[in-house]
Amino acid sequence: MAEALSARVRPYRAVLAARARSQASYRANFVLDLVSSLLSALVELAEVWVLFHAVTRLGGLEFGQILLVFGLADLAFSLADLVFGHCDNLPTYLRAGTLDVFYLRPQPLLLQLITSDITLKRLSRAAVGVVALGAGLAVNHVAWNARDVALLVTALASGCATSAAMFVLAAGLQFFLIEGYELTNAFVYGGRYAATQPASVWGRPLKVVFGYFFPMAFTGFLPTLRLLDLPTSPWLPTWLGWCGPLAALWAWVLAMACWRWGVRHYRGGGG
Amino acid sequence: MRASARIYWRLLCAGFRRQSAYRLAALGGVAANGTFGLLKVAVLFATVHAAGGELAGYDIGRMSAYIWLSQGLLGSVNLTGRTEIAERIKDGRIAVDFLRPLDVQAAEITIEVGRSLFALVPRGLPMLAIGAAVGMALPGGAAAYPLGAVSLLLGIVLAVAAAYLVGVVGFWLVETRGVQVSYMVVSGFLAGLFVPIGLFPRWLRVVAEATPFPSMLMYPIDILAGQVGLTGALALLGAQLGWLAGVVGLGQALTRAGRRHLEVQGG
Repeated sequence: MAEALSARVRPYRAVLAARARSQASYRANFVLDLVSSLLSALVELAEVWVLFHAVTRLGGLEFGQILLVFGLADLAFSLADLVFGHCDNLPTYLRAGTLDVFYLRPQPLLLQLITSDITLKRLSRAAVGVVALGAGLAVNHVAWNARDVALLVTALASGCATSAAMFVLAAGLQFFLIEGYELTNAFVYGGRYAATQPASVWGRPLKVVFGYFFPMAFTGFLPTLRLLDLPTSPWLPTWLGWCGPLAALWAWVLAMACWRWGVRHYRGGGG
Repeated sequence: MRASARIYWRLLCAGFRRQSAYRLAALGGVAANGTFGLLKVAVLFATVHAAGGELAGYDIGRMSAYIWLSQGLLGSVNLTGRTEIAERIKDGRIAVDFLRPLDVQAAEITIEVGRSLFALVPRGLPMLAIGAAVGMALPGGAAAYPLGAVSLLLGIVLAVAAAYLVGVVGFWLVETRGVQVSYMVVSGFLAGLFVPIGLFPRWLRVVAEATPFPSMLMYPIDILAGQVGLTGALALLGAQLGWLAGVVGLGQALTRAGRRHLEVQGG
């Protein structure tokens, strides 16, 4: 049983190990990639900081509290990006017809696409998330009891899953969009931007879109409300902080439905 | 002189027409930029309200103008540092460009400006329409319109010229993706793409103003949104012209040095 599993996993492992080695082998370029990825996370944190520097309190949160939102949401997104981010390359494969190669192999299409690459440079971005999360926990004097630890672990794990689902959802839509691929940036990277905001400032339409339909508020804002026992905001009650796994489940149902729909629509690259 | 002016005019038109082929791409861009715009509205309006209705000269109307103008210009002002010249240097096609009886830098900038100007139509107008629908501040006086238009053009040309600089670094580095991504991150922030630089703390604002980035996006918006008066607008235009001269001059020098340094690999 275990042997059969390891035989099944071996091809994926071989591809991923080769990808990781190839990225790290151009040393100077890899360092520069790590630096630029680090820089992008720092700048996004700076954008949040500038606003809180100007007014100190936004959407009922202070900077120390938004640090926790940013840390949770951005760490989850960065880890998802590390593993799933290259799904963004699908439009290139579709236009070049190289996706058809995947059909020749006896492995599931989506699994091949996901394991076809890994973006190691996102590690530095994840590091910023870890530091922000650590700082957020420290300044808010979070008491380390079992409930808080469970909440944090649940929030992070389901946040990763939700963010990853956004990449798969986008990939499914690419079969229809082809040249209009930028459209999916609206909820993938727009979702990342939304996830680091205090969701209490959103109007009702945004709460429906990024609170529930693309459930990004569940990756940072809602768990933070629960963890710090902050007051409920309209349409986003504090107890939802525990419901990250449900949000992740919904996101994956949406993503898989879209992916199936897209694959069924695909008629080959004409090669 | 007239012959060469005609050539550059044709290049400008060619760039304009080429961009018009990507309609579906423009539609995708509008959806993405519109979504980001709505998120910016939520967080920046809340910031203005939290400050008591006015912050660093921004009331709701001006903030709205800033948001929808910046989202509309996003497709035209190259803040990504991505250029075709970087590709051509990498694969050696640049050698052919040097054989043409044209200035490589001027030709590249002209084509890119043509593309950027076209992008104002499918990517810029829809954002302005949203801004007009939800309400945004208009320029202070009649003079602000022509000044804003000139400032916008200068911003577009400056952004293209600066992206060209990122591309020609490839004469020495070959792979410029890391430089380009770093450029993209820093330029967007300092150009005031997500937060207007007027809201920055003083020291950070000084840092931003010491770079050409606000001249690409923030200054044209400041003029068009009525954030500055007539004298302020003229001062901003002066800063833009100064940066443009510097960036274009540096581009000329680097192109010449790069041409001597160029080594096309393979045959």
